[in-house]
Amino acid sequence: MTDLNTLTIAQARDALRTGETSAAELTEACLKAAEGAGALGAFVHPTPDLAREQAKAADARLKDGDAPDLCGVPLGIKDLFCTKGVASQAASAILEGFRPEYESTVTQNLFDAGAVMLGKLNMDEFAMGSSNETSTYGNAVNPWRRGNEETALTPGGSSGGSAAAVAADLCLAATGTDTGGSIRQPAAFTGITGIKPTYGRCSRWGIVAFASSLDQAGPMTKDVRDAAIMLRTMCSHDPKDSTSADIPVPDFEAMLTGDIKGKVIGIPKEYRMDGMPEEIEKLWADGTEMLKSAGAEIRDISLPHTKYALPAYYVIAPAEASSNLARYDGVRYGHRAKLAQGDGITEMYEKTRAEGFGDEVKRRIMIGTYVLSAGFYDAYYNRARRVRALIKRDFDEVFAAGVDAILTPATPSAAFELGRESDDPVEMYLNDVFTVTVNLAGLPGISVPAGLDAQGLPLGLQLIGRPWEEGDLLNTAYALEQAAGFVAKPAKWW
Amino acid sequence: MSIDTDTAAKVAKLARIRVEEDDLPALAQEFNTILGFIEQLSEVDVEGVEPMTSVSPMRLKRREDVVTEGDQQDKVLSNAPDAREGFFAVPKVVE
Repeated sequence: MTDLNTLTIAQARDALRTGETSAAELTEACLKAAEGAGALGAFVHPTPDLAREQAKAADARLKDGDAPDLCGVPLGIKDLFCTKGVASQAASAILEGFRPEYESTVTQNLFDAGAVMLGKLNMDEFAMGSSNETSTYGNAVNPWRRGNEETALTPGGSSGGSAAAVAADLCLAATGTDTGGSIRQPAAFTGITGIKPTYGRCSRWGIVAFASSLDQAGPMTKDVRDAAIMLRTMCSHDPKDSTSADIPVPDFEAMLTGDIKGKVIGIPKEYRMDGMPEEIEKLWADGTEMLKSAGAEIRDISLPHTKYALPAYYVIAPAEASSNLARYDGVRYGHRAKLAQGDGITEMYEKTRAEGFGDEVKRRIMIGTYVLSAGFYDAYYNRARRVRALIKRDFDEVFAAGVDAILTPATPSAAFELGRESDDPVEMYLNDVFTVTVNLAGLPGISVPAGLDAQGLPLGLQLIGRPWEEGDLLNTAYALEQAAGFVAKPAKWW
Repeated sequence: MSIDTDTAAKVAKLARIRVEEDDLPALAQEFNTILGFIEQLSEVDVEGVEPMTSVSPMRLKRREDVVTEGDQQDKVLSNAPDAREGFFAVPKVVE
């Protein structure tokens, strides 16, 4: 048998059920791989004791024949998820030492199904970033390199640790969250699959909030089948999240037939950006051709407000963040600044927040404060929400006209070097240009690895689906995956 | 719309984030870069369009207005930087 940590969830499930391997063996293989991968900066709070305990329980369940799909499957969990008794600090110094007394609904769902947690994974601070460079833990590093170069590349962000860990086979799969592209962009940069489901599919309860109207959790996996398996377990109706959808969760895996004959795939002209690298252009054209060959009908479509998605996002997300992050005040949890003689409560707030938040987080909180302040609320915040309604309408109209899914590039480039874009916040924001529309419209979107660039780095394509139709979307992604035949793995250097 | 250092200081104050005097010009500059990017939104014709409040049209669920999970003082206080006698402790607020 191949190295156990390189298995997919589906392969592990089958091997566990036949007794070919055990959860304990699988877990040890992953712990060993993770231990030797410090250079990737992926795991920031390893939990080997908990993992071994969960693996033991999973093996007992397997023996009893009571084993859901994820029973005994070792996962990495993004640091944004609150995990009971385990450090959960959203990669921020302000949550240093915080150990939740409760479990997020998504991780509870995974644990109820018998999944094993190997540890918490690196990310951008409060999920604000596209390169994992705003983390208090330091950078996560992409396991992929350009040819024989040793330049350290970003795994993307904000779920950079999750992407690096899955791509490097440190775990079988990982959780991510996606507010503007934070699952799909890192998945594309590391040659893995990542899906952001429809807003409301996964409960947000116990996930540290960034922008509540945009945040969604989702799986980051080695292939589309694994995404289908893991997503099903993550989704649930949860009375503790009032925006969680009370609708049945289908068996997504059973919907993977690979048959997309007659499906209508939209190609939006507005996603053809000036200065887009030729390789991305070609990848998109190739992907279109693959879906056509698989029997889909290709249709040119228009989503006229696409251009305004990023600016709308950079009003709405900071506005919501400024409200959500008001809770970090040095009173109830996390960091409190040392106070000088005579300092009152206002100084405590101001010093605590100045010390605890990193620069990008401060920037976004303050931008959010500004756009919500008296006199600017209408001009910025309300205008952005109206533009958001128009962006959603663009998608509604296209779907109403019979389009089943939309194909776009996942990112405007392959992974870039760490440190390159940190100086200009707006340049970094452009990373999300293809993904952010999906969050604003609340739609499901998936990134599928589809090819390598000339330097040997993975590139991804994005498929956008109708609301609540993740099963259909995953099936289209499955057909694309089969046609693309992406099997490349990063050469081990860490 | 251009942000000067006074406005930057006011925003920092509203956000309860201490920013040193020397750092205000750079902060104001960053705000201007970001707001310049956001400014594009003024090109869009939003006449007659309602601001979006919820991305999926669903009615919020209601529940009885009763305590569901109470009596957990220890757990609530377990992560506090300073907790005394069952309370969160903060610097004196009322003189």
